[in-house]
Amino acid sequence: MYRSHVLVCGGTGCTSSGSEQIISVLEKEIEKQGLSEEVKVIKTGCFGLCALGPIMIIYPEGSFYSMVKTEDIPEIVSEHLLKGRIVKRLLYTETVEDNNVKSLNDTDFYKKQQRIALRNCGVINPENIDEYIGFDGYAALGKVLTEMTPEQVIQMMLDSGLRGRGGAGFPTGLKWKFAAGNQADQKYVCCNADEGDPGAFMDRSILEGDPHVVIEAMAIAGYAIGASQGYVYIRAEYPIAVKRLQIAIDQAKQYGLLGKNIFDSGFDFDLDIRLGAGAFVCGEETALMTSIEGHRGEPRPRPPFPAVKGLFQKPTILNNVETYANVPRIILNGVDWFRSIGTEKSKGTKVFAVGGKIHNTGLVEVPMGTTLREIVEEIGGGIPNGKKFKAAQTGGPSGGCIPASLIDTEIDYDNLLAIGSMMGSGGLIVMDEDTCMVDIAKFFLEFTVDESCGKCTPCRVGTKRLYEMLDKISKGQATMEDLDKMEELCYFIKENSLCGLGQTAPNPVLSTLRYFKDEYVAHIEDKVCPAGVCKGLVTFNINADKCKGCTLCARVCPAGAIEGTVKQPHIINKDKCVKCGACIEKCRFDAIYKR
Amino acid sequence: MRFERWCCKMKSLAELKAIRDKMQNAVNVRESGADNIRVVVGMATCGIAAGARPVLNGFTDEVAKRGLSNVTVTQTGCIGLCQYEPIVEVFTPDGTKTTYVKMTAEKVAKVVSDHLVNGNVVNEYTIGSLGN
Repeated sequence: MYRSHVLVCGGTGCTSSGSEQIISVLEKEIEKQGLSEEVKVIKTGCFGLCALGPIMIIYPEGSFYSMVKTEDIPEIVSEHLLKGRIVKRLLYTETVEDNNVKSLNDTDFYKKQQRIALRNCGVINPENIDEYIGFDGYAALGKVLTEMTPEQVIQMMLDSGLRGRGGAGFPTGLKWKFAAGNQADQKYVCCNADEGDPGAFMDRSILEGDPHVVIEAMAIAGYAIGASQGYVYIRAEYPIAVKRLQIAIDQAKQYGLLGKNIFDSGFDFDLDIRLGAGAFVCGEETALMTSIEGHRGEPRPRPPFPAVKGLFQKPTILNNVETYANVPRIILNGVDWFRSIGTEKSKGTKVFAVGGKIHNTGLVEVPMGTTLREIVEEIGGGIPNGKKFKAAQTGGPSGGCIPASLIDTEIDYDNLLAIGSMMGSGGLIVMDEDTCMVDIAKFFLEFTVDESCGKCTPCRVGTKRLYEMLDKISKGQATMEDLDKMEELCYFIKENSLCGLGQTAPNPVLSTLRYFKDEYVAHIEDKVCPAGVCKGLVTFNINADKCKGCTLCARVCPAGAIEGTVKQPHIINKDKCVKCGACIEKCRFDAIYKR
Repeated sequence: MRFERWCCKMKSLAELKAIRDKMQNAVNVRESGADNIRVVVGMATCGIAAGARPVLNGFTDEVAKRGLSNVTVTQTGCIGLCQYEPIVEVFTPDGTKTTYVKMTAEKVAKVVSDHLVNGNVVNEYTIGSLGN
């Protein structure tokens, strides 16, 4: 029995900031102090507050240490673990108020969160099935197999109002019902872990922090629709998630929680991993199944829908990782509990990967209906450097921008669609006044041009032409006529593309056009980029009154574009300037400006 | 890593529940509930020198052995009464505090069974008994 548990985050974010090394130093130090029998070190999944990694929590006190360095470890071990004196100066500053230590749950970052899908992330050791069982793991599967009929399970999913967390928000119960209604000798349950939206990483974190929840939910889904085989399609770029999922599958097989005759109920279910090579289009359901079959990942027309003819031409359901993570909770806590969270048409919670110009970068799970203001200002801690909030981008390359005027929108599936964005997988990128909306649209279009599979012309050629138009605007070479053509092209691509990738690709353009048309007009008519981002429209200048002639800018300029003699105002040679901004960063007299 | 079960597959819910109960005990240190009884052992230099380590471990083991999921065992620094170390304070959810002094590993079992389980303070070990 250990009197103290030290939880160290082993998610990808904290691993890259050195948590592996922290663990090895910690274990050595604990050994040195003779505490090995009393203190247990556990590597967990993501805590969500990735901006402050590596993160460490010590229980039973619940002390939250952030940005831990290996040099700090001896002090933490000798003071906190040995003598019980919490090292306040190393705690996450939010948890220390008037020199008193607050509970982590009272900090702004966690206070408004409600963790259902992420409930075990950062709490259990993902590589140990016993810990998952200790937190009610596999109890939902046990209940389903021994007390419920498949119809009851599906009815429960329908009643709960759970909708797909991968983006489109299709009711999960309905999907299961369709697949259950189709007779076949073999059916399949698939999990979409091909998380491709730039900036979104909740699926990776769930698989890294709580892989068993996905296995359990897929077995439940298999029982509900009558499938005995499942596949998790996961991208090979997620090595930690793949490794932990494989460990979890092996352990579940060892325990007989996967395999033949689970819980002596006569139900068989097996699970395998299929690795994706990282093409964005393989997150689209038909392309994903084509890829599992071993073919080139390209979408195909629907109908037939996967519930009728999916993987290997058999009835198949495909759900997202986060969707599955909700299923065992709903079974155990009941429909009424789940329906009490969220808004009228969107029940439960949603995980957002918050990034961009914001203090607390990381994963947050909030009830549906939480406003964007609460996420950005309270949980996210606001915009750094006193800048103003300009917009938030949700839904990645398929989504759109929410302007500052709509910051009080309650976030759920329908509200986001109504304002021209979408939930998507839950990426949420915060932008401040230094962000150019034309540049953002161009960034996402560049992504879809790269990722378009090329099977259908509207997407393959359309997105490329759209990108070229945006490029022209950003260089100040476009006319107002081009703007109208661009909008027309957007609708053409949306209506004629084969799959979701093309159908949603113009969304970033359309939503920025809707809310920030003045910026497009400024680029076209005034030939200026108001945010000073588009290089084609910006010139760098030196204010001769402020310049002291210190020569620092001339020395850092990589292009040798700054000329002048010591103690005399310098001049930027516009022909040589590459507009990298290195001079602005270095100038101590605020003498260089963009125009 | 060692698991609760190695070779054979589980066939019933009872087996799952058995693992769960055992593990809940091991992991409940990570769920700090407000209505828990808190046992705080003074683990400053003075406490350690007076033998607080076996006392702390005694509480942890005894609490685990009895499966008391409503008890949190934790540690603190110097309380200021160094001559009475090892000192153990017990905080019950109703807000009362009991201070045990000059604790030993042997005394632990009685405090756990009488006070933590049955709610009867072991008066002869408390600081109040010193004057008598």
